[in-house]
Amino acid sequence: MNMLRRHKPLLILAAVLLCLPLVLPNNFYYDIAIRMAINAIIVLGLNLLIGFAGQISLGHAGFIGIGAYASAILPTHFNWHPLLAMVAGAVGASVVAAIVARPIFRLKGHYLAMATLGLGIIIAIVIKNEATYTGGPDGMPVPALGIGSFSINGEKQWYWVLAALLLFSFWASRNLIDSPFGRALRALHGSEVASQVMGVDVVRYKVAIFILSAFFASLMGSVTAHYIGFVTPNIADFFHSIELVTMVVVGGMASIYGSLIGAVLLTALPQALSTFEGWETVVFGSILIFCMIFMPRGLVPTLAERFGGRGEDA
Amino acid sequence: MRKISLLKTLATAAVAIGASFSALAADPIKIGSVLSVTGPAAFLGDPELKTLQLYVENINKAGGVLGRQLQLVHYDDGSDAAKANAFGKRLIEDDKVDIIVGGTTTGSTMSMVPLVEKAEMPFISLAGAVVIVEPVKKWVFKTPHTDRMAAEKVFEDMKKRGLTKIALLSDTSGFGASGKKETEALAPKAGMTLLASETYGPKDTDITPQLTKIKNTAGVQAVFVFGFGQGGAVVNKNYKQLGITLPLYHAHGVASEEFIKLSGPAAEGLRLPAAALLVAEKLAANDPQKPVVTGYRKAYNDRYKEDVSTFGGHAYDGLMLAVEAMKRAGTTDKAKVRDAIEATKGYIGTGGKVNMSPTDHMGLDLSAFRMLEVKNGDWALIN
Repeated sequence: MNMLRRHKPLLILAAVLLCLPLVLPNNFYYDIAIRMAINAIIVLGLNLLIGFAGQISLGHAGFIGIGAYASAILPTHFNWHPLLAMVAGAVGASVVAAIVARPIFRLKGHYLAMATLGLGIIIAIVIKNEATYTGGPDGMPVPALGIGSFSINGEKQWYWVLAALLLFSFWASRNLIDSPFGRALRALHGSEVASQVMGVDVVRYKVAIFILSAFFASLMGSVTAHYIGFVTPNIADFFHSIELVTMVVVGGMASIYGSLIGAVLLTALPQALSTFEGWETVVFGSILIFCMIFMPRGLVPTLAERFGGRGEDA
Repeated sequence: MRKISLLKTLATAAVAIGASFSALAADPIKIGSVLSVTGPAAFLGDPELKTLQLYVENINKAGGVLGRQLQLVHYDDGSDAAKANAFGKRLIEDDKVDIIVGGTTTGSTMSMVPLVEKAEMPFISLAGAVVIVEPVKKWVFKTPHTDRMAAEKVFEDMKKRGLTKIALLSDTSGFGASGKKETEALAPKAGMTLLASETYGPKDTDITPQLTKIKNTAGVQAVFVFGFGQGGAVVNKNYKQLGITLPLYHAHGVASEEFIKLSGPAAEGLRLPAAALLVAEKLAANDPQKPVVTGYRKAYNDRYKEDVSTFGGHAYDGLMLAVEAMKRAGTTDKAKVRDAIEATKGYIGTGGKVNMSPTDHMGLDLSAFRMLEVKNGDWALIN
């Protein structure tokens, strides 16, 4: 019983993911669900960094780009196994994150935002200009992901893969937040000086969470590349970074559910608004402005406070 | 007698009802389109969308195709290939369109290619690069000239003037990067020697370092610039400032009135290959393309009060190829329409004369490009 209560959110998510295929009418809706899941996983990782640890990153799409291009380049040009390439990409992104993290996290506020922004743009430029390997601005095809003769094919198979990955990340994020590591993160968000006094190694934690979220971003970059089967430098674009940060902020900072809701909403909105004939950007912007004015803490925390009273404990 | 007239009335009524039913049953033919109407490629996507809307309207006013109206289902990918892929899926799976005309950039097109191949959906792309039709993909066609053709046309003209040792200057956009690749591959086959190859950013405001390097390279007889938009005008100005007097060539990506205006007197004497649309009024009266390009130019001008661009022309060609193929096939059956597109022979479009074949899904040859020179601040045809 206790177990059941503790894992209630996880079970609800699992139930939703299980039942969703019953109401999805065709592959297009599967496709949207898959993209939502991909974004949700990236945003979960990013929210650990932005929401819980209070450190901004405007260059996260760069890490997604590293993963995506590792999955495209290594199997195509060097005959690596796609799974190995995916891991190599994630390790590569982590190494990049680790190298830049120490100097970058000496900065705070706007300066930190600037530095991460620069990092993302540099990665995007490298991808765009190393045309012999990356295919330049026109992008390159990505081989299918699989083991032996089996390869993941079609929206329905991908849906289950992403559903499993999303459940795992959701479970992992919840556990992480409730661990000593998570508490340390929240402490340093509250006050760096106070947490330092309490014996928290501030720099080490900031670096660790940065690397972790870069790792996940890169993995999801690989998954996106394999799923779509084609990758262009847009994926590492500055605008993609902004899109992800927007998902974190609209959904709710420091809220696991907020990450899910933010990713789901902002993935669905452009599709829903596409019938507005040229006004979609205006409507999209207005919705964001409305959210920020009336719900500055994000959808989930604001609504939870208004209706739940208890607030959110996840 | 009365009986007969009653029967007649009944019969007329039945026919009328039957006719109205069949009119109801004739669903519109759905033309799907994913275009980059916003974002960095908007200058391509915007005229493309306007052209499609204009001509779908015109065709419907004239009675539609196969007795059915056309319905344009279009989405904006914001110049993002991943979004193009999502909207492509939407067109195929949700809107269940009959044909797709669109894909503004090479990236957007290539991200939709696996989808249309799998769904067996005829697809006419409006993007430039050779990779779209080489190797030939069963369901994929394209209307614009390729970057390789531009290079071939320029080399042809250079050789006529006895210029064989050249320097290449390309921008880092998709257009320039692909053009650089094709030019470098083509040069040795065409008997040209590339003595230098420099690149610049499409938004650079100063390109003198690259040009200085080219100027100081011994033996260069001509300079070939492969780029897009305003960057080309900056090249022209810097070229004059450095006092370089070598013949200057551009690719078709800068071919617009705006380009001459931006460059001012620095554009004088440069040459470039371009589609006939740009010089519609100057074409010889017996030129087979003349009625098509002047007609399109007028229709677009009247409706939108702005200059036509060759990009809108690509969309015109794409739509017309699709409509022609449906008329010839007599159906919207996807496989039959595809076969009909592949069998297109002698279609005169804004881009040139199109002769498709199972090995050529673009169908244009070098005659589709006209060699132009800037004379007295205007384009002049040269033969």
